[in-house]
Amino acid sequence: MSMAPVPRSSKRQFDFDIFFHWLFWGGAFVVLLTLGGLIVLMATGGWQAFTTFGLSFFDRVVWNPVKDHYSVVAPLLGTIVSASIALILAVPLAFGTAFWLTNIASARVSAVVGTAVQLLAAVPSIIFGMWGVFTIVPFIARVLQPFFNHHLRHVPLVGSLLTGPPVGTGLMTSGIVLAVMIAPFMTAVMCDVFGSVPAMLCESAYGLGATRWEVMRKIIVPWSRNGMVGAIVLGMGRALGETMAVTFVIGNVTVVGWSLFAPRSTVASLIALQFPESPAGSIRLSSLMALGFILMLFSCASLVLARFLRGGRK
Amino acid sequence: MSKSSQAAPERLARWRPDRRMNRRRHMDRLATWMSVVAGAVLVVVLLSILWTLLSRGLVGISWATLTHGMGPPGSGGGLGNAILGSIIQTSVALLIAVPLGLSCGIYLAEYGRKTNYFADVVRFVSDVLMSAPSILIGLFVYQLVVVPWGHFSGWAGSVALAVLAVPVIVRTTEDMLRLVPTAMREAGAALGAPRWRVILSLCLRSARQGVLTGILLALARVGGETAPLLFTSLGNQTWSSNLNKPMASLPIAIYQYAGASYDDWVQLAWTGALLITFGVLLINIAVRLSARR
Repeated sequence: MSMAPVPRSSKRQFDFDIFFHWLFWGGAFVVLLTLGGLIVLMATGGWQAFTTFGLSFFDRVVWNPVKDHYSVVAPLLGTIVSASIALILAVPLAFGTAFWLTNIASARVSAVVGTAVQLLAAVPSIIFGMWGVFTIVPFIARVLQPFFNHHLRHVPLVGSLLTGPPVGTGLMTSGIVLAVMIAPFMTAVMCDVFGSVPAMLCESAYGLGATRWEVMRKIIVPWSRNGMVGAIVLGMGRALGETMAVTFVIGNVTVVGWSLFAPRSTVASLIALQFPESPAGSIRLSSLMALGFILMLFSCASLVLARFLRGGRK
Repeated sequence: MSKSSQAAPERLARWRPDRRMNRRRHMDRLATWMSVVAGAVLVVVLLSILWTLLSRGLVGISWATLTHGMGPPGSGGGLGNAILGSIIQTSVALLIAVPLGLSCGIYLAEYGRKTNYFADVVRFVSDVLMSAPSILIGLFVYQLVVVPWGHFSGWAGSVALAVLAVPVIVRTTEDMLRLVPTAMREAGAALGAPRWRVILSLCLRSARQGVLTGILLALARVGGETAPLLFTSLGNQTWSSNLNKPMASLPIAIYQYAGASYDDWVQLAWTGALLITFGVLLINIAVRLSARR
């Protein structure tokens, strides 16, 4: 008790602890500000379009730069349909690959293929677009389309969905390219989720005589359902907002129609293509901003959904 | 399991082991095959992308491609100015993003424990930014920088790339700092180090490998981005290192050239695509190798 209090220098002008606390807080605040600014600027940018067109912005199907009349239906529909096709193709692909990598493949194969899949997830999206133009578009135009046109033309319902001029670009093409783009990402997340199932559970099931597929379906999938859905929703978010991969292969025609093989456009591709030719302050620019705002809402909603299903961070 | 044991007597009477076992075995085999096929499809796609890039792009790699600027078709132009522009813009973007992302990540990990609602909100916002469509980042920076300044510029492009890089850095920094054991912080505090000293000299230092990984991953993500640059740095046909002017970049050059009807431009687009993909993949492989060590 004889220890005297440590003498502090009386001229302690600068408290580094407080300084650094506020410095780090400032960094966090700037991140917050960025998203706030993003949403506010999109909303104000699209305000002109929202007020000018009112409800007709959402219930007409025109996108007519000549008459300066715009509506969000055609690009939104394109975005939703192409993302849906992508999900329908990518989910089984990702699930199967993850099942293979975690439960079937030998450790060495699993390591090599797992790395390859993760590398594929890192390839820039513009590359997928160019690859799509070079491989998927000719395949659809020369093989798939003539086949459908020949066999399915007179089938009701399906015929109108699957037939059309064999140009090769369109919703189906962009759906395939998007699927290839999001499947590796979803596979990687699913592998993580499957790997987090306690080994004891699986071993007990194997011990009771279950087959690999039964362990997958009755132990691993129920255990990791939330994580899987989270992965799917995150993949959906990427498919909804993807620009470059889609712009190359969608054909960019703003109409609404039944065929999955006719050229269409998505929100992101429309913004990428028409933004440069829209003069500042024009109603067209504002409509594109409004589209961007709606896309942002989609993206936020899918993220909230993913987090909700995952139950917070991993 | 319990259900089957309760109903055991009737079930045993009807139980035909062969047929049932066979069905289960076939189901298992079917599932196995389907999953192998799914895996094979992904691998084939990866190989197909690599093959397409190599077979179309490798032809065009030469000293002239790397050093000459872009030019009119048929004039022997290269991608030199685009490569330079890409390097300048990603470097500036990282210079903006690294301090910001680091400080935000440190805040979330060190001050944002449990009951800090502000930190929860920031964490969520950072995740939203990470998954926001990159073209919207481009629109945002257009409104934020290009409209007030009145012209496209390399600065705007850098800011857009920085907005994309920050959430990646935030996420990895926070995760890595959380792996630092509490005992380390307590030891530092016991030695009399103030909190900032503990954070910077102990926690950040012991997590530096992971933090560096995060920065590299951010670089890999940003390096191949096209959409956010479309409305911000616009692209430029001539050599320019002036950040106040529109600036060329490799992804934009690829985008402009890929749809061109001149063979040598298309060739340049594929060469650029090859360069950018292998750049990005190299960074990723380096990260992986260093993480394994």
